[in-house]
Amino acid sequence: MKLLGSKLLATAAVCIAVSTSASSAETLRLLTWGSYAPDEIIKLFEEKYPDIQVEVTFSNNEEMVAKLRATGGAGFDLAQPSHDRIFAVQQEYGIYKPLDLSKIDTSMMEPKLLEGVKANTTIDGQVYAVPHQWGTSGLMADVSKAPDLKSWSDLCDPQYKGRTSMRLKRTILLGTAFAMGEDPFAAYSDLGKYQTILDKVADKLIACKDNLKTYWTGGDDLSNLMLSGEVVASETWDSTAYKLFAQNPNIHFIPPTTGALAWIDTFAIPAKGKADDAAYKWINFVLQPEMVKLMSASTGSLAAVKGAKDLLPDAQRAAVNAAFTDKDIDNLKFFANIPPGVEDMEGKTLERIKAATN
Amino acid sequence: MLRSDTGKLSLILLMTPFLLWIVLLILLPQLGITFVSLREKIGPRQYEFGFGNYIAFIQEPIYWNTLLRTAWMSILVTVMSLFVGFPIAFYIAKIAKRRSRVGLFLLCLIPLWVSDLVRAFGWIVLLRETGLISGALQYVGLINGPVEMLYNDVTVVIGLVYTVVLFMIVPLVSTLDGMDNAMLEAGYNLGGNRLTVFRRIIVPYAMPGIVSGCIIVFMLTAGSYLTPILLGGKNSMWFTEMIYDQFITRYNWEAGAAFGVLLLGFTSLVIWLGLKLTGQNLASTVARD
Amino acid sequence: MFDLECENIIKRFGAFTAVDGVSLEIPSGSFFSILGPSGCGKTTLMRMIAGFETPNRGDIRLKGKSVVNTPPNKRNVKMVFQHLALFPMMNVGENIAYGLRCRGENKTEITAKVAAMLDRISMPGVQEKQISQLSGGQKQRIAIARCMVLNPDVLLLDEPLGALDLKLREHMKIELKQLQGRFDTTFLYITHDQSEALVMSDNVAVMNAGRFEQIGAPETLYHAPKTAFVAGFVGDSNRWNGIAMMADGDHARVVVADGLEMVVPIGGARPEVGGQVEVFVRPEAMQILAQDADISTAGMNTIEGTVDSLLFNGAASRVLVRTATGLLIEIVHRMDAGQVRVKPGDAVKVGWTHGAGLCFGEGG
Repeated sequence: MKLLGSKLLATAAVCIAVSTSASSAETLRLLTWGSYAPDEIIKLFEEKYPDIQVEVTFSNNEEMVAKLRATGGAGFDLAQPSHDRIFAVQQEYGIYKPLDLSKIDTSMMEPKLLEGVKANTTIDGQVYAVPHQWGTSGLMADVSKAPDLKSWSDLCDPQYKGRTSMRLKRTILLGTAFAMGEDPFAAYSDLGKYQTILDKVADKLIACKDNLKTYWTGGDDLSNLMLSGEVVASETWDSTAYKLFAQNPNIHFIPPTTGALAWIDTFAIPAKGKADDAAYKWINFVLQPEMVKLMSASTGSLAAVKGAKDLLPDAQRAAVNAAFTDKDIDNLKFFANIPPGVEDMEGKTLERIKAATN
Repeated sequence: MLRSDTGKLSLILLMTPFLLWIVLLILLPQLGITFVSLREKIGPRQYEFGFGNYIAFIQEPIYWNTLLRTAWMSILVTVMSLFVGFPIAFYIAKIAKRRSRVGLFLLCLIPLWVSDLVRAFGWIVLLRETGLISGALQYVGLINGPVEMLYNDVTVVIGLVYTVVLFMIVPLVSTLDGMDNAMLEAGYNLGGNRLTVFRRIIVPYAMPGIVSGCIIVFMLTAGSYLTPILLGGKNSMWFTEMIYDQFITRYNWEAGAAFGVLLLGFTSLVIWLGLKLTGQNLASTVARD
Repeated sequence: MFDLECENIIKRFGAFTAVDGVSLEIPSGSFFSILGPSGCGKTTLMRMIAGFETPNRGDIRLKGKSVVNTPPNKRNVKMVFQHLALFPMMNVGENIAYGLRCRGENKTEITAKVAAMLDRISMPGVQEKQISQLSGGQKQRIAIARCMVLNPDVLLLDEPLGALDLKLREHMKIELKQLQGRFDTTFLYITHDQSEALVMSDNVAVMNAGRFEQIGAPETLYHAPKTAFVAGFVGDSNRWNGIAMMADGDHARVVVADGLEMVVPIGGARPEVGGQVEVFVRPEAMQILAQDADISTAGMNTIEGTVDSLLFNGAASRVLVRTATGLLIEIVHRMDAGQVRVKPGDAVKVGWTHGAGLCFGEGG
């Protein structure tokens, strides 16, 4: 029923998109993450470009791809998937269009991140995405109750029985693989090997299930569990941990010993987007230092611009400084492009873990 | 001549919304889903017609175990809703005073004004380890430490019963409301005791309401998504969750569509079996002479 | 031996007394009716006999045994409800078998009894029919059969003819009376329709405001009502308010509106001279005297007036006569049977003997 519903919604969205695009004032339809389009920035943008109206749809990686796939890349003018969700998806469904880099002020961007994203999203010499915000997935602990949390596998330490949590998604599969001494990203080229890694990880996480309080499903959910003290250690997004640090200074973000997993959320233009110019204007607009400041305050993540750390709000900068040393930064593991078929393998593994009882 | 033309026109006007609804919102999407479910993916942007997605379902015990579990728990929820809903409906329809009846009925409907999500969060606030019930029990001294009441099947069933019991009560109230009190008195007068009157008069009379309530509740439960997932936490396995995962996180629309068709088919089968086993038929539910 | 006895029954609902000290005794095999206007307490009384209500005081005895503490399903009193309350989810056979099955009789016996009962009510072989397929009269008979198959000590009938159309109602009155005779069971019939009560009953209790006004055979009630209420409720009457001028023996001289003076027998207690009385005269006791005819009016009351209208209704045809003071008098008058021909506007004289009619003093 629900699925039918979402399909219908998508269809309805197309109809509305078709009808509204005919009207005179240009509309920029943004498909992005929950905190990536704060009202303040939209207001400033619309003041600068009075003939552009911004419409925002909040989503996540999987739903962004699903929505665009439902319409073949129509219905939105700018999307913000993570850097590892471009390459295979584009090959499979063709839902993005190449970017015209001359229209983007790439000089503002942190060169390392820009090159990383370009390397990950170039198909046939065409670049499909540029970086926007980046962050990491790692561990979070209430250090007053779980002072020794270091590794992904510490979530399965019996001394925290019933007091840990994780999100049952691919991040924890990859993190656990690293903790077990494997390099899953290297195994992407040999899916047979990747499957054996996944099987090992599944066994580990099934055995670990009893140790968990529950799987968290969203940032609010996780915040609740941590703040109430029901959970003392969890897998987390760094931004969530930074926000909680402000409310309870005992809650720290902890980069795992094997390295935090880093993701870069990008700008990509849907294949049938109808307001490319407005999209480029938005990209350049939010790259300006004063906008970056507002944006980071809202997202809790670092922008992919030079000197991003200095543009963070003070409390957050303190949290980042408390969490990361330079060594940790060097140790970051960026998510590698997901080759076709891997989502299915990972999905099956996650189902196995979810279904297991012990 | 003119008369029959206007008659035809009004017939068409009356039929159109119904037909549009059936065709556009029910038939076409369902056909689309069925069509997608019969596509097998053999490579990027390459598909073949076949039953591969269904075969994959049969070969993976996790899938059909989850479907069976979903159906089994939905049956349990349906039965419990009937047991909880019947006395409530009977009280509202037969025992409550006419004036308080409307109020009670509205009271039953109030939870519907709040979304599923909010209701599930309500339960979470009550039942979590640092929640109200755990706190109250500790305060009273019945338990020593905090107790976690979320993330198990019992909680899922209770939460689901709470969510769907209204859909059992409403049809039951409307059938029981139509029952003449004299019929109950006649039942006693002719020598029946409480049990015989209940078994041979009240239940058969309410049967259309029971059947339609059970069908609605069963379908709603089997198709529910938020409640089992939020209350079940790490131990929830619900078939709709698998459909969602296939469609959204695994980009596998073909398998998701096959699952959707299977869910519809399987729940319909369960209802058909239920009707057969209890000797009821759908026709008598919709229209009793 | 009485099948049903009620002794001084009182039933209160809050401050309202629905049944106020009622006693009755019904002999075996008779047809007994309780007649009264709606709200008089007759339904409450019947529900107490059936066991759906408990009296605040008094005793109810079935075949001499008190049943006040017996639950309704253990009393051998069966009831035909106002709207019959047949079970729509059962067919005719199952409806009749219901009581027998509650009693736990065996299947073959039940089948035989149901068939025999359907024969007795002249509806053989309808076991498989659905209730909705029956006509109004057939439903009535099934409702009675459903009770009679259990051989009750008393059968209660709560205005079961109320929902039928007139023709069928007339027919069913006779049929009910015959069924009662055939079953030879005591029937207690409740109605607000005096003609139903009079036609079918051996005895009728007239009930008003929670009390019995009079119990007696239909003729007694009709011809010798003991109270003004009975006189007014049973049968048709011309009814006037007046003042007693003189009362001696069993007659009183009464003056009604504007000086019309008449002599009428006294019903109930003797009215005080100068006190208010109500006068009742049956339409069939009066006759129209031709204006010019020289008939002796000795021993008769006479009133002069003009014919207002003719109400033809076969044997029950009437004439309305308006007096000079505006009183309207109803008189049974059959011109087709040779009585004086009149037409509206004719001046006539109406007369009746001193022995006809009745008067009741205030509160009498």
